[in-house]
Amino acid sequence: MESSVATPPPRPPQPATPPKGQAPTGAVEGSSTWSLLDRLGLALCWALGLLFCAIALALVVYLFLQGIKFLKVDQLTTPAATGFAETETGGFADAFIGTLIVATMGIALALPTGVAIAVWLVEYGRPTALARVTELTIEAIAGIPSIVLALFGTVIFSSTALGFLSRANEGVVFGRSFFAAAAMLALVALPLVVASTRQGLESIPRHVREASYAVGKTKAATTRRILLPTARPQVATGMILGLGRIIGDTAIIVVLLGATQNFAPVEGAPFPLSYLRGAGTTLTNFVFEASPTGNLNQPQKAYAAAFVLLVMVLGLNAAADLVHRRARKAGTWSH
Amino acid sequence: MEEELQPEYGPRWSDQRVERMLGALVIFVVGLLLAMIAVVVVRGWASFAHNGLAWFGPGGNVDAQLQEISLSGQNGLHYVWTFHAWPLIWSTILITGGAVVCGLFTALFISVFIVEFAPTWMSNVLQPVVRFLASVPSVIYGLLGVLVLVPFIGNHLITEGQKASVAGVISLTGYSLLAAVTILTVMIAPLMVSIFSDGLRAVKPGWVEGSLALGVNRWRTTWKIAVRAARPAIVAGTVLAVARAIGESVMLAMISGSTGWAPNPADGLIFVYEPSRPLAPTIVKNVDQLSSPPANATLFAIAAVLLFAAATCSLAGWVARRAMRKYGVA
Repeated sequence: MESSVATPPPRPPQPATPPKGQAPTGAVEGSSTWSLLDRLGLALCWALGLLFCAIALALVVYLFLQGIKFLKVDQLTTPAATGFAETETGGFADAFIGTLIVATMGIALALPTGVAIAVWLVEYGRPTALARVTELTIEAIAGIPSIVLALFGTVIFSSTALGFLSRANEGVVFGRSFFAAAAMLALVALPLVVASTRQGLESIPRHVREASYAVGKTKAATTRRILLPTARPQVATGMILGLGRIIGDTAIIVVLLGATQNFAPVEGAPFPLSYLRGAGTTLTNFVFEASPTGNLNQPQKAYAAAFVLLVMVLGLNAAADLVHRRARKAGTWSH
Repeated sequence: MEEELQPEYGPRWSDQRVERMLGALVIFVVGLLLAMIAVVVVRGWASFAHNGLAWFGPGGNVDAQLQEISLSGQNGLHYVWTFHAWPLIWSTILITGGAVVCGLFTALFISVFIVEFAPTWMSNVLQPVVRFLASVPSVIYGLLGVLVLVPFIGNHLITEGQKASVAGVISLTGYSLLAAVTILTVMIAPLMVSIFSDGLRAVKPGWVEGSLALGVNRWRTTWKIAVRAARPAIVAGTVLAVARAIGESVMLAMISGSTGWAPNPADGLIFVYEPSRPLAPTIVKNVDQLSSPPANATLFAIAAVLLFAAATCSLAGWVARRAMRKYGVA
């Protein structure tokens, strides 16, 4: 800015060999010679940048303060109950576990599918028309509002053929279950996994593949043993981004998992299935319902649950950063 | 590499077979999308058919119409279909438009800052901040909106006089366009920043250096050369942000005011304090009515409109990205 490095003012514009592939940055030219309007623009840049930092900081600090004030450990272990005061209504254990279940199931579906699609796009991709259509499809899925996905889910999972995935009562299928929610959430995470994996595969130079083919490996074996292990950091990044989206989605949960705050296992089914086929809740759903505009209206618990959610998101962000940094340190093919 | 000797990748995992398996999966996903479009349009068709183009027009109270529709489905006598969605559409346009305009402005300046002007320490701080803001769940934004921003607007920004002036028509409580646009901007600007700054980084250094060599200062070079060269990225980012904003349901259900009301800019600046409800939150709020056939059709009709808008955006973004690839950018 104005106070940046003091360079001798009228310097012949001589690019001091900037690093290749990078716009010249740093002490190329101070803003002291600029006209007022340009300087005001730069000041606006600083102001907006600092504003963003301030918003993020305020958000984190505020939620941490509220979280520390209202979060009690037993809220994570006691399920929600009905009551009149906030002291009587229990915690949000079911919501916490529900988030973990949904995240696991959703990513378990999205990760293999996404990696497979990315492999097909980069390594096979014939016929070309199908590849273009697939690209467009993935792009479209990324843009579809999750509430529309949720409505679509109600149609699929209320069909009698899929009654075994949720509660079925005298031929009427309830259509709300962990299976239903996880399947639709997998669609939300899918584009992120595909995009990231694809980027990773595309950054591996051609000669790596050729070397592998030259020693007699098939394309499938090359992909499995050489390409995917090399692209592992990008796959991991895609997975983490996808997890973040799954954890943060609310619309699909509200529509496809249920408006309840407790697990509602299906009677007569074996243990894990009984829960997975039943309705349930997640942290996002709990926050939504516990906010003053929801049905529960318990702002203190909403803050506590939001804090837990934020910690999970921060953890995922940190994990993504770590993966990125380690991958860079280890070095990639592309340099 | 002892695997080479094993028949693991023999005929069972032959290339043709793997290609066919992956291809089948790809076709399945493409088919799923087509099925989704078909299902949503077919389910919503009844609502469009009964209302014709008036579906998109104004007329009557939307909330009352929705209630009539779902009640008629529960009684089962004869279904009511009348639905005029204009207030919801108008609210979607206002909130999305407002947030995208604010977001575009903010995101352009911030991405230019990150890529060109910020000292290293500053861009090292800003980049994770942007990533973080993009990854905060919308329900958290909604909660903070409800508990912090909305009361602030209601208690400090809206004067008693303003509240009194519209008292008979609508109550101004802070659940407003202003709150919705502010928070939506914070949600979508980071999305734009990440795409814009990728585009700006990919601008050929030679072009920028050429301008600098002619004695144009860095600020003007950035805006005249780099930003213009990165136009496809800017279009792509904006279009994605529009899609995200149109589809945002939960946060807006919490803070837009949840009233089927069309804020009128002709009322003067007070309209930014007026509550409304866009299309997507309408679905969230009425999801309990899905079991009533006419309400079900109406909600799917709304979903069809959202799907159409989002698909248009995706298509535009895809075209812009392909243009970028052609020029070797991103």
